[in-house]
Amino acid sequence: MEHYLNIFIQSIFINNMIFAYFLGMCSYLAVSKKISTAVGLGLAVIFVLGITIPLNWLVYNYFLKEGALTWISGSMAGVNLEVLKFIVFIAVIAAFVQLTEMVVEKFSPSLYNALGIFLPLIAVNCSILGAALFLPGREYNLGEAVVYGLGSGVGWFLAVVALAAIREKLAYSNVPKPLRGLGITFITVGLMAFGFLSFMGFKLPF
Amino acid sequence: MSTETLQAEKVSEVKVSEPLFSKKNRKLISNPLDIDNPITVQVLGICSALAVTIKLEPTVVMCAAVFAVMTLSSTVISMMRNSIPNRIRIIVQLAVVASLVAIVDQILQAYAYDVSKQLSVFVGLIITNCIVMGRLEAFALGNKPWPSFLDAAGNALGYAAILIIVAFFRELLGSGSIFNFKVFAAMGVDYVGNGVLTNTAGACIILGLLVWAQRARNGYAEEE
Repeated sequence: MEHYLNIFIQSIFINNMIFAYFLGMCSYLAVSKKISTAVGLGLAVIFVLGITIPLNWLVYNYFLKEGALTWISGSMAGVNLEVLKFIVFIAVIAAFVQLTEMVVEKFSPSLYNALGIFLPLIAVNCSILGAALFLPGREYNLGEAVVYGLGSGVGWFLAVVALAAIREKLAYSNVPKPLRGLGITFITVGLMAFGFLSFMGFKLPF
Repeated sequence: MSTETLQAEKVSEVKVSEPLFSKKNRKLISNPLDIDNPITVQVLGICSALAVTIKLEPTVVMCAAVFAVMTLSSTVISMMRNSIPNRIRIIVQLAVVASLVAIVDQILQAYAYDVSKQLSVFVGLIITNCIVMGRLEAFALGNKPWPSFLDAAGNALGYAAILIIVAFFRELLGSGSIFNFKVFAAMGVDYVGNGVLTNTAGACIILGLLVWAQRARNGYAEEE
C-alpha cells in the first residue's frame, strides 16, 4: 500500500509532468487564462491519463514488448514489435478520446458541455503520449501503472490550476507592454518550476 | 454538408502555374521565421523547445528530425487531401505522422545512438508536437503539395531558429561550452556553470526573455 502511495506522490510532485518534463505545455499555456477552464481541462487530463496509461500498459506488455506474444504460441517468443509503439500508443489514445467524446455526448450533455470541448485537445496533448512513452523504461506492474497515470494527471491538474490562479492575479499588475501575456507567463512558469525543484530527491519515509 | 462544400472549393481551385519561388511562396518560408514564428507567436511546440535544449548537439538533431517529419508529412497529407474523409482526418494525420516518426526514430537509433538516448521520449513526442498537426490542419489540408512543403519547411526552420538560440545560451552559460567545446576554459577564464540554466526552469525564463526581446522589436503587444 505504502509503495503505491509513494508512486502516487512521486508522480504528482517529483516527476511532475509540467515542471519536471515540460510535457503538455501547449495546452497548458493556452487554457491557463481562467481558473474555470483550467479546472475543466485538468479534470479531463486526469480522466484520460488514468485510463489510457493502464490500457497502453496492457498493449505494451501483451503485444509490443520483446517476447510479449508468447501467450499466443511459444514460437513467437522472439518477436519484438517495439518499433510500433508510437503508432499503437497514439492510436489507443486517439481512439479512446474519440470514444469518450461520443459516449459523453450521448449520455451526459451537461458533462459534455463542461469537458467536451477539451477532449479533442487532449488527443494531441504531449503529456498523455509522453506518460505512455515513459512506461517501457519504468517496468511498473498494472496496479502501479494505474497509480502512475492518476498521479501524473493530478500533478498536471495542480500545475494548470495554480498557473491560472497566478495569471488571474497578474492581470492587475503593471507588466511592461511587450512582456505582457506570453513572456511573463513563461517567466512565471520558470519560477514555479524552481519551487517544484525543491521536491527533487524527496523520499517518503516508508 | 461540410464535406460537400469542401469538395466544391477544391474543384474551383485555380490552375495557374506559378514560378517555384514566387513572392507568395517565399513568404511561406520567411514569415514563420519572425512575425509568424511557431514558438514565440503561435505558441506551439513548447514542450520540446524547453526539454531538449540543454545542449546544442541534441537540439540540432531534434530540429533536423522535426524538419524531416514536418516536410514529409505535409507533402504526403497534401497529396492525399482530396481523398481523406473530413470526419477521420485527425486519425489519418496521426497515422501518417506516427509512421514517419517511427522511421526517424529508427534511423537515429541506428546512426546517432547517443543523441537518441539523450532525446529519449522527445523523438516520439514529435507526433504530438502541435506545430506538425497545426500546419497539417491549417495548411496542408487545403493546399497543393509544393506550397505545403514550403510552409512546413518555413515553420520547421522558425522552430529550429528559436531552439538553437535557446540552446546556445543554455549551453554557453549553463555548461560553459558550445557544441561540447569548452569556450571559457579555452579562453583561460575560470567559469563555473550556472546550474539554473541546465535546468528546465532556466529554459522557461530564457524563452520568456526571448519573447520579450522579439516583441519589443516588433512593437507587438498582447491585450489581456
